[in-house]
Amino acid sequence: MSIILDHVNYTYSTGTAYEIQALKDINLTIEDGQFIGIIGHTGSGKSTLIQHLNGLIKATSGAIYYNGQDIYDEDYDLRTLRTKVGLVFQYPEHQLFETTIFDDVSFGPKNQGLSKEEAGLRAFEALSMVGLDENLYYQSPFELSGGQKRRVAIAGVIAMHPDVIILDEPTAGLDPKGRDEIFDLISKMHEEKNITVVLVSHSMEDVAKYVQRIIVMNDGEVMFDDTPDEVFKHYKELEQAGLAAPQVTYLMHELKEKGLDVDVNATTIDEAKRSILKALC
Amino acid sequence: MLREITLGQYYPADSVIHKLDPRVKLVATLVYVVSLFLFKGVVGFAVITAFLVLAVKLSKVPFLYMIKGLKAIVILMILSALFNLVLTPGINPVFVLGPIKVYPEGVRMAVLMLIRLSYLIVGTSIMTLTTTPNQLTDGLETGLAPFSKIGVPVHAIAMMMSIALRFIPILIEETDLIMKAQMARGADFEKGNIIQKAKNMVPLLVPLFVSAFRRADDLAMAMEARCYTGGAGRTKMKPLRYGKADALAYIVLFAFLATVIVLRIFGY
Ligand SMILES: Nc1ncnc2c1ncn2[C@@H]1O[C@H](COP(=O)(O)OP(=O)(O)O)[C@@H](O)[C@H]1O
Ligand SMILES: [Mg+2]
Repeated sequence: MSIILDHVNYTYSTGTAYEIQALKDINLTIEDGQFIGIIGHTGSGKSTLIQHLNGLIKATSGAIYYNGQDIYDEDYDLRTLRTKVGLVFQYPEHQLFETTIFDDVSFGPKNQGLSKEEAGLRAFEALSMVGLDENLYYQSPFELSGGQKRRVAIAGVIAMHPDVIILDEPTAGLDPKGRDEIFDLISKMHEEKNITVVLVSHSMEDVAKYVQRIIVMNDGEVMFDDTPDEVFKHYKELEQAGLAAPQVTYLMHELKEKGLDVDVNATTIDEAKRSILKALC
Repeated sequence: MLREITLGQYYPADSVIHKLDPRVKLVATLVYVVSLFLFKGVVGFAVITAFLVLAVKLSKVPFLYMIKGLKAIVILMILSALFNLVLTPGINPVFVLGPIKVYPEGVRMAVLMLIRLSYLIVGTSIMTLTTTPNQLTDGLETGLAPFSKIGVPVHAIAMMMSIALRFIPILIEETDLIMKAQMARGADFEKGNIIQKAKNMVPLLVPLFVSAFRRADDLAMAMEARCYTGGAGRTKMKPLRYGKADALAYIVLFAFLATVIVLRIFGY
């Protein structure tokens, strides 16, 4: 059970003066249950890539298989695919439209053909998952704060019970507290429901803390695809691609150069702390 | 950024026509349209064709791009040609089918109509393809400035035009995004009868309006924060200035117009 991308290419505005190849020969396998981070500078093709995964954009060439089936087959049901592979767009709060939060979250389940009761149950479950105060459920989504709106929008996708959830820069424009809440929510989802999570971000720092595998995009190509430790070893190349390794990586390399025997592969502050204490004692 | 300009139809290229002052291009388009309705005979037609071919060649925009605009009005062209064909009265019909009589005059009118319409579209599209929407409003504002003396709010109109032009592509992009986001939640914008379809639009239209108002609000705030108070006393960072090429273009234009008028007087 997995998503496989086979030599996928995508070109925007083909045949015009603004033609631009956003994806170049992408080959990827996304296994069940993985927690993956996709990183790349703005315009590197991250959003374009993830919109392929649920069939919103059709590749110019190449094939995509979901659980062994070619999603570009004539009789493949893309609408069902979209409920299996949930996609949370960037600034998802901009898509809220219902009069109450509860109805908005029920929108997805209703589109899946569930009865009103079932859809309501799903909405209830999703809203408590994202930790929204129950008193708010029947209020207008437009009166919430930015971070709350975003959690409601994410609940709208969770309520469809997807097997894979993809989030496009879910913390863009949030304050540090809102950001931590969203990240905690995402890792909780991964642990409790054991669903595959794909997290798009341009911050190494954020991603390093949570994911098992990092895909680095650069100008429409996959530059690295490995565990965080392995990817951060290339921190010099990452810089050339307009990205930065976590600050901890820089610190550890500098300490090592100065003669302290620390583990340069530490990526989170906790790991660094432990390694430094060990080297000092 | 890229997508913003595409929708203004602008085709970026490094050509003489692209670099002309927008006012010249506006006047040229006007002169060209007038000439299309002035010419009588084959010689006049040849002169206009030569002018058009020259402009197309100089603009460096692929010809295929220009005739794209024709596709949109094919039906209109066919209809007007048909009406001209059957409704123009004459003496000796060349073709009779029941009550329908086609005279040579009708054929002439129909052909003329087709030529005029297609020349009109191709000619005016040279202007929109070689001038960015912003240059165009700039040209209009400067060109129409004298009218503000008699109370026409030229600056306000130009400002509204350029803001509207600036926002159309953004809103189109936004529509595309919201549509995709709702499709990701299982929305279907195609199924059902008319009422169903209208209902399906709600998840698209509500967020679209909310975002349009938010953007308008932000823009108004940003403009006020920079002390925008309207046109009075406002100067431009890049005021339009005529150059040598513009003078030359005006001479060519004048010569062209004079030729067309003279030819018409003598009936060629
Ligand atoms: N709708 C679109 N039309 C044309 N070009 C686009 C569109 N969306 C993105 N692009 C272009 O494709 C490239 C990749 O964009 P995107 O996938 O949004 O990158 P990222 O999400 O990594 O910032 C960019 O050069 C961008 O300008
Ligand atoms: Mg993006």
